[in-house]
Parts: sequence; C-alpha cells; structure tokens
Amino acid sequence: MTIVDDPQTRPGGDYEHGRDHEHNPSADAPERPIGFGRLQRKEDPRFVRGQGNYTDDVVLPGMLHGAILRSPVAHARIVSIDTSEALARPGVRAVLTGKDLEPLKLAWIPTLSYDVQAVLATDKVRFQGQEVAFVIADDRYAARDALELIRVDYDILPPVIDVRHALDAGAPIIRDDLEGRTNNHIADWDCGDSVATDAAFAKADVVLKQEIVYPRVHPAPMETCGSVADFNRVSGELTLYVTSQAPHAHRTVIAMVSGIPEHKIRVISPDIGGGFGNKVGIYPGYVLSIVGSIVTGHPVKWMEDRSENLMSTSFARDYIMTGEIAATKDGKLLGIRASVLADHGAFNGVAQPTKFPAGFFNLFPGSYTWEAVYGKVTSVYTNKAPGGVAYACSFRVTEAVYLVERMIDRLAIELNMDPAELRLKNFIKPEQFPYDNKAGFEYDSGQYEKTMRHAMDLIGYDELRKEQAEKRSRGELMGIGISFFTEGVGAGPRKHMDILGLGMADGAELRIHPTGKAVVRISVQSQGQAHETTFAQIVAEEIGIPPEDIEVVHGDTDQTPFGLGTYGSRSTPVSGAAVAMVTRKVRDKARLIAAAMLETRPEDLEWEKGRWFVKGDPSAGKTIQEIALAAHGTMELPEGVDGNLDAEVTYDPPNLTYPYGAYFCVTDIDRGTGKVTVRRFLAVDDCGTRINPMVIEGQVHGGLTDGVGMALMELIEFDSDGNNLGGSFMDYLIPTAMEVPDWETGFTVTPSPHHPIGAKGIGESATVGSPPAIVNSVIDALRPLGVTAMDMPCTPARVWDAMQGHATPPI
Amino acid sequence: MHVTMTVNGDEVERDIEPRVLLVHFLRENLGLTGTHWGCDTSNCGTCVVQIDGEPVKSCTVLAAMADGHAVRTVEGLEVAGTVDPIQQGFMEEHGLQCGFCTPGMMLTARALLDENPHPSEGEIREAISGQICRCTGYATIVRSIQWAADHPAETADSTLEDEDVKA
Ligand code: FES
Ligand code: FES
Repeated sequence: MTIVDDPQTRPGGDYEHGRDHEHNPSADAPERPIGFGRLQRKEDPRFVRGQGNYTDDVVLPGMLHGAILRSPVAHARIVSIDTSEALARPGVRAVLTGKDLEPLKLAWIPTLSYDVQAVLATDKVRFQGQEVAFVIADDRYAARDALELIRVDYDILPPVIDVRHALDAGAPIIRDDLEGRTNNHIADWDCGDSVATDAAFAKADVVLKQEIVYPRVHPAPMETCGSVADFNRVSGELTLYVTSQAPHAHRTVIAMVSGIPEHKIRVISPDIGGGFGNKVGIYPGYVLSIVGSIVTGHPVKWMEDRSENLMSTSFARDYIMTGEIAATKDGKLLGIRASVLADHGAFNGVAQPTKFPAGFFNLFPGSYTWEAVYGKVTSVYTNKAPGGVAYACSFRVTEAVYLVERMIDRLAIELNMDPAELRLKNFIKPEQFPYDNKAGFEYDSGQYEKTMRHAMDLIGYDELRKEQAEKRSRGELMGIGISFFTEGVGAGPRKHMDILGLGMADGAELRIHPTGKAVVRISVQSQGQAHETTFAQIVAEEIGIPPEDIEVVHGDTDQTPFGLGTYGSRSTPVSGAAVAMVTRKVRDKARLIAAAMLETRPEDLEWEKGRWFVKGDPSAGKTIQEIALAAHGTMELPEGVDGNLDAEVTYDPPNLTYPYGAYFCVTDIDRGTGKVTVRRFLAVDDCGTRINPMVIEGQVHGGLTDGVGMALMELIEFDSDGNNLGGSFMDYLIPTAMEVPDWETGFTVTPSPHHPIGAKGIGESATVGSPPAIVNSVIDALRPLGVTAMDMPCTPARVWDAMQGHATPPI
Repeated sequence: MHVTMTVNGDEVERDIEPRVLLVHFLRENLGLTGTHWGCDTSNCGTCVVQIDGEPVKSCTVLAAMADGHAVRTVEGLEVAGTVDPIQQGFMEEHGLQCGFCTPGMMLTARALLDENPHPSEGEIREAISGQICRCTGYATIVRSIQWAADHPAETADSTLEDEDVKA
C-alpha cells in the first residue's frame, strides 16, 4: 500500500473542514491550477444562464407528444382495451396498445437482469402504474386529454404485496408469462463460508440477532425521465435524445430490441437533471417514443410526470435483512451472518453485473476483520414497480454497509462499550491491504484508524459524549451516531463484470490540435458530477495543458468511444483512469516527436508538467504546444509516429476501488413529538487522490442529504391492495434546506494502488455512509428509554412509537 | 384567449388555451427553456419565476393570470452582458451540480436579496424551503446566496481575482 506524501495529491495539506471554509484547499494552490485543485466548473456558465439543454428542452420540427396510460391496480387480467374514442379526438395521431406491439416483437423487452419487462401490458398488469397504452398527439395537453378516453376493462386479481409472504404456498403467481412458473422466487445467492461462520459463532461469548429493514425508496432526480425519438424512414436512422446515464449501453440494447442496426442509431444524452441511478434502465416510455416515431413518421417526445417517475421507474433498496453477530466479551469480532429477503417487484430489472445477482452485497463484512462471514440473499417477485437499480449506490453497497454498521452499534450496546472504541479495536490495519474480506472482495487500500481518529478530533467526540451525559441527566434526548463504511466502486474488471454481456470497461480518445488545444472524448455521462471540469483537470495534470484549453465531449454516441456509462461511482475509477492513460499515451508520443525536434534520443528527455526537456539541460526543451504543432507540420516524424498527437485507449480496471469514510451524526429528539433534528453531521472521506476538492465536497453534501432523506423521511410504501402511497412529492418527502444542517467535511488521502492517478471515486460515498450514522444516532438518543433498534424512516410518528416501546418495521 | 405581458422586459402577446400553465407558456410558447418543471404538486420549485418581483411557482399559475404583469425568468438575470451577482455566486460557491433546480433557486434568491440585502443563514434557508435540490445538499446554495449578498451588483466583477486570492 502506498501512503502518499506528494503535496500534488494533497492540494491543501491533509485536511479540510468544509463548514467555515477555513481549510479551503485553494488557499495555497495557484489561482487557476493546471491540473488538480479547486477550479470553478466549466459547465456552470450555461446552467446559470438557463442555457442547459435537457431532454424536455429538445424541440424538433414536426415533433409530436406521447403520453402513457397506466394501470390503476396492482394485479389484474386485461379483458379489453377500447381506444376508439381517444383515436377520434382531434389532435390525436395514434394510440398504441400491447396488441399493436406484439407483431413488432416489442411488447416485451429484456431487463438488465436477463428477465423481460412488458412495454405495454398484453395479458396482465402486474403493478400499479404499469404501462397499458400510449397516445401520440399534437401537443402535451391533447395527449393527456386522450388518456381519459381510453376504456380498459380489468379483471382484478389478488396481489402479492407483503414480500414476507411472496413465497408462501398458494401465493398468486405473478409471472405466469414465464413458462413453467410455479412460484414468485427469482434467485438465491450466497457468499462467504457458512461452516467456518458457524464455528466462529460457536465459540463466541456474545451472539446477537437483529432484523434490519432498508425500505423501498426512490432516487427521484429533479428532472424526470423522458426521450425524444426521431426515426428517419428514408435513411433508416434513429436519433434518440434520452435521459440516459449510459448512452452507449442504451444504444446497444436499443439495437438488440428494435432491430434497427446499431450503426444507424445515435443516442444523445444531453444535459441530465440528476440521475442517481434512476436513468440507468431502459424504460417502456423510451421504447414507445421510438415506436411512435416509426409509426407516425414524426419525432415523438415522451416526458413522464413526477407521479409516473415515482410509481414506475427504478426504485431502490427494499431489502429485509437479518443480521447476526458473534464476538468475545471484550469486543473482538468473530463472525457475522447476513440473510436477506429482497423485493425486486414485478419484473427483475435490477442493474448489476451479471455474476452478481445481489450486487456487491459482498461488502457486508465492512471495515473489520472477522474469523468468518456468511451472507445470503433470496430475491422474489411482488406486485410492485420493478427496478432496484440504485439511488446513488453502487449495487447494494448501501444495504451491506447499513447492515454491518447497525450490527456493530447493536453489539456496542450489548457489551456496554463505546461504539467508536469497538470499531477502532477491530479495523483492518493498513499493512493488511490488499485485504481479502472473506466474502469475495479484495480491498485495495485504507488507513481506517487514522481516518477515524481524525474524524473524532474534528467533531470533538469526547466533549460530545460529556454533553450527552449532562443532557441525559436532565432528561433530554441527544444522540451521537457513527458509521465507518467501506465501499466498492468502479465496476469493473471485464472478465468478472458485465451488464447484458457488455464488459464494464470504458474508452477515451484524446486529440491535441495543432495549436495545442485539446479535445477529450469520454464514454461516461455527467448528471451533475462536473465531468467537463474534472476530466479536463486529469488531462491537464498529465500533460500540462490548462483546463480551459481542454474540451470534454460526452453524452453523444456518435462523438464518443464505447463504454458503460456513469453509475456506481464508476466515472473517475474507470473512465477517469482511461483519460489518464490516454493522456500518458499522447505524452509518450510527444516524447518521440520532441526527441526528433531536439535531435536527441527519447530516453534522454525528462518530463515536467507541459514540457519535455533534455536531462541536465532544462533550457533545451519543447512545450506540448510546440510539439503539437510539429506533429501536424512538415517535419519528418520519427518511426511509429503518424502525423498527429492523438490517441485512444480502453481501460479495463484490474479491481474495484474502495473509498471509505468515518461519519458522525449528532441528533436531538423532541421528547414531546418524536421529531428528530440533525444538529451536526461530519463526513470524513478518503477517496484517494483528490482531483477537485470543491466538486468532491459537493458530491459529499448531496449524498449526506440523501442520507437524511432516507433515514428520516423517504419511503415508498404500499397499501395491502398494492396502491403506491409515495407517488407524489406530497407523499414522498425529500429534504429541503430546513431539514439538513450545515455539513462539516474532512478528508484523508489513501490513493488506490492500482488506479493510474490513485483516485477511488466519491459520488456515492455519502449516500452509502450516512444512513447508518443517522439511525445509530437516533437509537443512541433513545437509549435512556430502552431502545436498541429501530428502522428507517425515523419519522416523528415512528420515533414516537419506538419511544413507547413499539418500534415496528416499515414493511 | 389572448394574453399580453412583459417577459424579461420585452412585451409578448400570444393566443393561448385558457388552461395553459405559465411554465408551459414560457417553455413552449416562448421557448424560454431555462424555467424547468419537476413535479405535479407544487412542491419542487424548479419552475420558480418572478411576477412583478415576487417569486412564484409558474406551474401553479395560469399564463392567463400573468396577463398584464411583468415576468422575469432566468434568461432575464443577466443584463447587458453582465451576470447578476447571484449567478456569479452560484458559480463561485458551487451552488449547482446538475443545474436543474438552479434557475428557480436563483430567482428566489434574487427576490430575497432585493427585499433583504443581508439575510441570515436561517432567512436564506427559509426563503428556499419551498424548493428541492437533489444534488447539492443546500449548504453551497446558502453560501452562493451569501456570496451574492456580499458582492452587490455595482461592485460585482465577473473575473473576481481578489476573491480567488482571498479564498
Ligand atoms: S414544477 Fe414543481 S413546484 Fe412547479
Ligand atoms: S443542482 Fe441538481 S437538483 Fe439542484
């Protein structure tokens, strides 16, 4: 493992503390860094002027508008659909049903998990909000009006809503479309060593078991999902503007589904108003806009409304977990078991690498050493919306981290031990990396104790405990919650990881123009993560061209190399590595040209940022700009160098990267109402090398807010008939500025040893790490009342129940 | 029906269906797509514009109700090539990520500062509490608005070299 002491990778020294800007890392950095450091975003000037170009902003000549009729019930057989009245309405161009899609072989499409999903229901509807018919009309309002005129006769069937009974004998069979189906079971998966874990438990002084529910939530980006399809009947070309986190993968899947050859498809993912995993899947609406354009010969726009977004697009979590932990009485961890019942909804649409049907739940051993671990997950169908993609979480890491961090705190209560001390006692030590976590994953690097102690210093842990003791003596409820998480991001090595058979590598192309300005083309797609800035900074760091002279091109399959897109915090770990590698390739090429220019041998040259010079004679050198001009000029070029300064690579990551962090949450609970206030929250993250601290801080703040949402407010709940009770922003509560504190942040730097620049990824860390800190804090606050466990969301009513001794799971 | 209003200082007239929402009128009839739409229930505030200087959710207002009034959208914040301090503040303090909530946030913030040039953190949070940002976690939005409060228009300098050095 490397511990970096290079001030380059630690722009402002070791630590920053976001709240007061007192350690703003730009303080001693140059005003406009050539490379890493705080830099204003290149994308901001267009956004602050309202000049972003989101999918709903796309207007094409002759464009029509589509709207989807959705099922009002969770489970029913479709007896008949009458579209005649809708069709007769002025302004309506077409109405499509599942029957119209069948001859085109488009009534069903593959999901990301080798299941199929109905585009428009043909036989049955299987969740409330499922797509039943599609109207194409002259404008948005006319399309909506026509939905009211479609008559559907449903034969209502009993739904499977309570996941705990989905596998009961006699439960209604949801997927009778799949041949030979006799139950609602999807898959069983396990990892670790059950026999060794049994042995570890057998010798433990303390064994604890706890059900821990991570209920269904929704990513709910501010921009909903949508698309504009433009099929040219003459050329056979399809241009699809779409809210996509993975434009290349979407192009391939659309080619497979639609039969339109891939070289005739251009997917443009313009500015994206937030994704958080919600825009990874292929939704029926996208397919319908394509079919609509083929059928009408016009471009067709489909934009869902908020209720459609919350009720039908990818949800997240929905894991009912049982944790078991074994330890000695002095707090040495011995074994952990996790057993999960996973609700995947009506179609298995989870997005995760093929060989990982439970995502990266393998991370449930967390940041600790154990003698043995064992985890298993059973997934089932229910009459709920499909998905399970994410919500700013790499493939079930959130659930795994939540389980282990809750269990550690539960054990601390049992042992009457300080939860910080219990963690410190059991951390994986720096010299143990690379570390086999006994569940199949190899962590790359970490200095857990250092990061933990730094966080304890920043938050003033000992003083907080003193304050808490005083408050408790006065009867006040104050909690201090800790979470120490290890994530696995940057999927992933091609030989182990693919989605629908597409290996999870990413390409990058770099061109240096004759005047020394550069264009880098990347396969991943920003939804707010500032790729246009940070990827330019990677090129700048590697080759010394200032970031303002580097254009980052993304989001258009005609203009960028193939790659699997942005989710699971994979942009910097995979695509960022590709950009560093392609820049190094160009730098090596520049060396050959510089040697020819200086009439010396390449091995006699030395690099400093932006320039090759002769070893021992720094005055004899050529800048990258001079080299670029020469590469395109008339000079005779050395062998193996063609007449440009361009290169391309595809990066296949050797392993995941493992960012981690220590999070502390201080809550106060109103004894009279059960209302939880997050008074302080400190996040100390280690994401390896830091490219742009301002952007990192922003990513962390956003994730912490997700955490407050999930821990205290957000829940997609269903009644027993399968009605979605979280289908609008009146019901699905997202934090506003009033519910979150002024975030405090800090950092340590432990680079990834296998990543070209040592970066690990930060996009999802805070979403993963914060919920257990908040819930642990709530439980800690309620300790004087005898509470040892409670599930999210910790709404006032649910906290009140817990205070009365009646903590209930949300599902 | 026929409506007449000023939008960002220009008089506009259109024949529209009476039921057309102001947000759709701005986006689709006038092509001002900087005003966004994000929910069905008046909760998100991505659609906020100013009517006669007051921030309003344009998804909750019929275009007909704006007849005879002055509407200001994000496209009207920059005047004669100079960005408003609030726009500069959002760039300085990383007050935006995906940018979808940003126009609405900035128009609310502009209205706040017009009325209260030196708001406290609590006043800022309350002013934007009818709006949701899914990306930033709000702290940087608060700082952006504080930046604008500290740099009122007459001294705002879009290159901001002093500020960078101080930071
Ligand atoms: S669009 Fe959500 S409040 Fe107006
Ligand atoms: S910046 Fe994305 S919603 Fe606010």
